[in-house]
Amino acid sequence: MKMNGAQALLESLKSEGVDLVFGYPGGVVLKLYDEIYKMKFPNILTGHEQGAVHAADGYARATGKIGVVIATSGPGAANLITGIATANMDSVPLVCITGQVASHAIGKDSFQEVDVCGITAPITKHNYLVKDVAELPRVVKEAFYIARTGRPAPVCIDIAANVFNTEIDYEYPAEINLRGYTDKNIGDENSIDAVIQAVENSARPMIFIGGGVVISETANVLREILNKLDCPCTTTLMGLGCIEPERNGYLGFAGMHGSYGANMAIQNCDLLICIGMRFSDRVTGRVADFAPNAKIVHFEIDAAEVNKNVQVDYKVLGDLKWSLPIFRDKLNASKINFAEKFDAWKNQAVEVGNEHPFSYKTNGDVIKPGALITKISDLCDENTIAVTDVGQHQMWAAQFFKAKAPRQFLTSGGLGTMGFGLPAAMGAKLACPNKKVVLFTGDGSIMMNIQELATIADHDIDVKIVIVHNFILGMVGQWQRLFYSHHYSASELNLKRDFIKIAEAMGVRGYRLTKAEELETKLPEILNSSGAAVIDVYVPQDENVIPMVPGGKRLDQMVLS
Amino acid sequence: MKHVLSVYVENQPGVLVRVASMFSRREFNIDSLSVGVTQSPEFSRITVVVHGDGNLIDQMIKQLEKMPIVRAVQRLDSATAVTRGMTMVKVSADDNNRLDVLKMAELFRAHVVDVQPTTLIFEITGDDEKVTAFTRLLAPYGILEVIRTGLIALERGENTINDYHQEREYYGKNLL
Repeated sequence: MKMNGAQALLESLKSEGVDLVFGYPGGVVLKLYDEIYKMKFPNILTGHEQGAVHAADGYARATGKIGVVIATSGPGAANLITGIATANMDSVPLVCITGQVASHAIGKDSFQEVDVCGITAPITKHNYLVKDVAELPRVVKEAFYIARTGRPAPVCIDIAANVFNTEIDYEYPAEINLRGYTDKNIGDENSIDAVIQAVENSARPMIFIGGGVVISETANVLREILNKLDCPCTTTLMGLGCIEPERNGYLGFAGMHGSYGANMAIQNCDLLICIGMRFSDRVTGRVADFAPNAKIVHFEIDAAEVNKNVQVDYKVLGDLKWSLPIFRDKLNASKINFAEKFDAWKNQAVEVGNEHPFSYKTNGDVIKPGALITKISDLCDENTIAVTDVGQHQMWAAQFFKAKAPRQFLTSGGLGTMGFGLPAAMGAKLACPNKKVVLFTGDGSIMMNIQELATIADHDIDVKIVIVHNFILGMVGQWQRLFYSHHYSASELNLKRDFIKIAEAMGVRGYRLTKAEELETKLPEILNSSGAAVIDVYVPQDENVIPMVPGGKRLDQMVLS
Repeated sequence: MKHVLSVYVENQPGVLVRVASMFSRREFNIDSLSVGVTQSPEFSRITVVVHGDGNLIDQMIKQLEKMPIVRAVQRLDSATAVTRGMTMVKVSADDNNRLDVLKMAELFRAHVVDVQPTTLIFEITGDDEKVTAFTRLLAPYGILEVIRTGLIALERGENTINDYHQEREYYGKNLL
């Protein structure tokens, strides 16, 4: 069928099942936006390209589908970078479409020209520059395939302006022919037998879940494995939700601000079964002393993650969708009664954890962040999606919000991007209109993409925005308090900003909570009301996130008060 | 320890930048790098000489294999592969000492590729030690310029880099 490049791109997106894009128009994508107008293709106009890319990211994290973002050349594309890097670190599939100056103008320092492929190469799985419209359908097909398969990640397609105007005899390719890439992620079954043997020989095994279990949609299989083994278990920040919070043996998440119980058990276990995780420095503490008594097992799809940060004793390469069911079946076939064998060890690990659970001290009228998040967690139904920004509130949310299932705790784990939360929550709500979406943010983070309040108002996106307002860049302040002699250099935030007025000016309702009793009297009604709301909650400035493993320390060297 | 990696890549614009920038951002040090066409116009071959322990080299190979534009990666060592690199040396030589210099070059099987009244240019191939020894002996005459290509390498015998690609696909090990 004859059509122009812009139409061909939109038809290709439709063929990939894209029902919504986040984008911001500009010079070189005017033709594309003209076709979007004519085709009535759903496009959410954000306040900033960074908002668009984080929104696409939130959309992808909430659903597992690919998030699509469109930006113009030059500054538009450059504004995507932080969002692309955020998605890349957390293995979120995105397809980022950027306009580029016309083919003949490339390399001439033309108006709004920037080398998108050059800039995005280190933060994408792959990228393309399309100068010939004939390549466009194939490139779109490949981009979606690469973004979705294997270990997901962002892919960029940079399209020269003239491509949108040029006629093409459009046909969407049925097949992919990528010689350097395969989505066959089937590993070696013998490697699983070796793990079974290690489990059978183990006295103190522990299961450690990463974001890979979320991405591969294998939480149910994992829970069956836990039913069988009934040993202590923990997750990374990215794995929150994979294990039911109420499971006996679940010790909370591990790492720098993880639970005492999980960190101690990692150091004490004799077999650590790590599934779909990448041994980030936030999770290992001093890497040389990570799990010193344990043989380490690594289930992983990305071969490059194996032995990258931590040397492992057993590796199971391959998609968790392939490996975990086999692991479960082989465990079930074993003659050993694992639950009985590991019972004492599990109880011991749980008891150790109970010595220092996540907690906070109440203090009269003051709202403690832990109390706030616990209350919200209790008020939310089991399908609620919690989204966070980055900083102290993020860690408190991870500690006190009980995410019941995968894709219900969305956070920028790898890159730690302040400003991620608001647009990501917006994307998550658009992806899951029937689920309640609660954003936990701080008075620092919210300012980094606060323009998206206007987008939320314009499109009636029902997100409850909880600002954990402590008048300081909390995590920076905590480090300054603990390690830099209370020098609050460039971290204190003034008292003049009024988030209620900002919210109302943008078209969103605003509320302020300052007394502990208001968590009972006011909060439930606001949370249950329909429509977006900013809930500005004053909390003390000097509250620390604990436990804390200081940089360069072992996991069992936690600061506990 | 030094290692030679042969990387079979799609012949597309920007491929060299992708590969080189991956090395740079992961702090893998490159001793030398050379790139050229192959028998097939669709593919180029990049030969990288790197140093590091076994784990680091494994990590380099895995990171290379992750890239969609990389079709195969082969690790070559001096026992099973032939490696070559070329060096050109411009040395001062006039009527008084030209014959001495030429004799020296003969011992090393260096070829004269340019003769001028006051200079000579030699080309020499071979391993590091041979080239270093040659330049050391020429030094007293006055070396004006030295330039070296990166190494290139081929495995001896019937095996080719394509075997690595097929094996990879067969075991499904090309994970990304």
